[in-house]
Amino acid sequence: MKLPIYMDYHATTPMDPRVLSTMLPYFTEKFGNAASRSHAFGWTAEEAVESSREEVARLIGAIEERSKEPDAKSIVFTSGATESDNLAIKGVAEFYKDKGNHIVTTKIEHKAILDTCKRLEKDGYEVTYLDVDAKGLVDPAQVERAIGPKTILVSVMLANNEIGTVQPIGEIGKITRAKGVLLHTDAVQGLGKVDFDVNAMNVDLASLTAHKIYGPKGVGALYVRRSKPRVRLAAQMDGGGHERGMRSGTLNVPGIVGFAKACEILRLEGKAETERLKSLRDRLHRSITSRLDEVFLNGHAERRLPGNLNLSFAFVEGEAMMMAIKDVAVSSGSACTSASLEPSYVLRALGVGEELAHSSIRFGLGRFTTEEEVDFVADLVVSKVNKLRDMSPLYEMHKEGIDLASVQWAAH
Amino acid sequence: MSYSNKLIEHYENPRNVGTLDKNDESVGTGLVGAPACGDVMRLQIKVGDDGTITDAKFKTFGCGSAIASSSLATEWLKGKSLDEAETIKNTQIVEELNLPPVKIHCSVLAEDAIKSAIADYRAKQATKKAQALP
Repeated sequence: MKLPIYMDYHATTPMDPRVLSTMLPYFTEKFGNAASRSHAFGWTAEEAVESSREEVARLIGAIEERSKEPDAKSIVFTSGATESDNLAIKGVAEFYKDKGNHIVTTKIEHKAILDTCKRLEKDGYEVTYLDVDAKGLVDPAQVERAIGPKTILVSVMLANNEIGTVQPIGEIGKITRAKGVLLHTDAVQGLGKVDFDVNAMNVDLASLTAHKIYGPKGVGALYVRRSKPRVRLAAQMDGGGHERGMRSGTLNVPGIVGFAKACEILRLEGKAETERLKSLRDRLHRSITSRLDEVFLNGHAERRLPGNLNLSFAFVEGEAMMMAIKDVAVSSGSACTSASLEPSYVLRALGVGEELAHSSIRFGLGRFTTEEEVDFVADLVVSKVNKLRDMSPLYEMHKEGIDLASVQWAAH
Repeated sequence: MSYSNKLIEHYENPRNVGTLDKNDESVGTGLVGAPACGDVMRLQIKVGDDGTITDAKFKTFGCGSAIASSSLATEWLKGKSLDEAETIKNTQIVEELNLPPVKIHCSVLAEDAIKSAIADYRAKQATKKAQALP
């Protein structure tokens, strides 16, 4: 077993070697510009891009009603999910501004959604940020109530990057479709890992990225529904009119080919991988909680990404914990790990107390995680939590039976 | 975040972790910070008859810098008189551990903990004196 161990698969993933080998020829001999219409170099690149579109469309169930074939044209390639989120929200807001100026989203979206919405608010749009319950779930009935005559778009993520909670997108889709409002979902974390079908779920726009699914960084896509309803967007990048005018810029052909290969692998192996990851994740969870008290699961116990385990170790601060297990790459909702010195806004939206938010660690398991690694990490976590608790005045007070909430703390 | 070797060394091998009897009249206890802010420091000193600090212990809930700052503080306190101990400044801790700017509050907390422990000890002594009066 090699150290350090990577358990931060929500942040990014290593490329699958099969993806890399598929990409390599497109850097050298097949280097053409997919927009070159007049020679073989361009045609080769274009063919690769078009079949890649089909593969991405197939994975998300973007199937044309009549032909039953993947709707390749519904896939717009971008530089990644942040760009896709920006294009979806700003593009819809701009194009449909005569119809309305109201957007509905949630408090636990990725910053690419939240900050885009904040920008739009400055430009006169109105945004409703929905609460989530203690497990991180959005209530579809709340979505329905938030939709008004001016609402043009609802944006709810498929699965949350911190706590892994999987949202009821299908139920929300029924509502948005009935109300004639567009539905966007940031599907980055859930893609290929949980059920996702744009037609069955009535999703109109979906943001995707390659590097979270063992593909390369710097390439993503926006699914844009082409019929029933046909979604229109105002381009946010002007230029040569690539991607049917929705996103100008020379296509990243090797990246796109790699993205498609990553989608193909997930389409073929995703189900088995999900089962394996769930079992490893549950093994890690059991192994830790059977030996430590006062450990709390953040997020939903069942409706959760297979590789996600977000735990709060009471009386131990997250960054200190990360330093203690420095041979394991994880992340924390602790303020000390963020530039803003604020604890995770996602955990706070769930109503997790600030002290427990400071104590949270996110374990992200993935394709190359082994059982041996899981057992090593569990043992390490148990021993380090015990060490840090021996050093924690809060744990000592807790053991003495003092209710920490009743103490008058000198906040600073 | 990249930390100095000295900080990491204090974090990995903290000095003087533990608890002194807070009811002992020769012990002063300082408890500063708040769980909601992500750091709580408890620093205790034991003062000998000649007024020098004979022992110091800490327990800290907080990040690596907070733990290292309190460990360093206990090391510095031992053998000092109360007046000397009071002159310890957070900037000295920042310098010694090379704390990054976002972690300066950890050193401030350590200085507060020292002052609070000394104040607690002095309050105890004052009470003792008052009770001793006829």
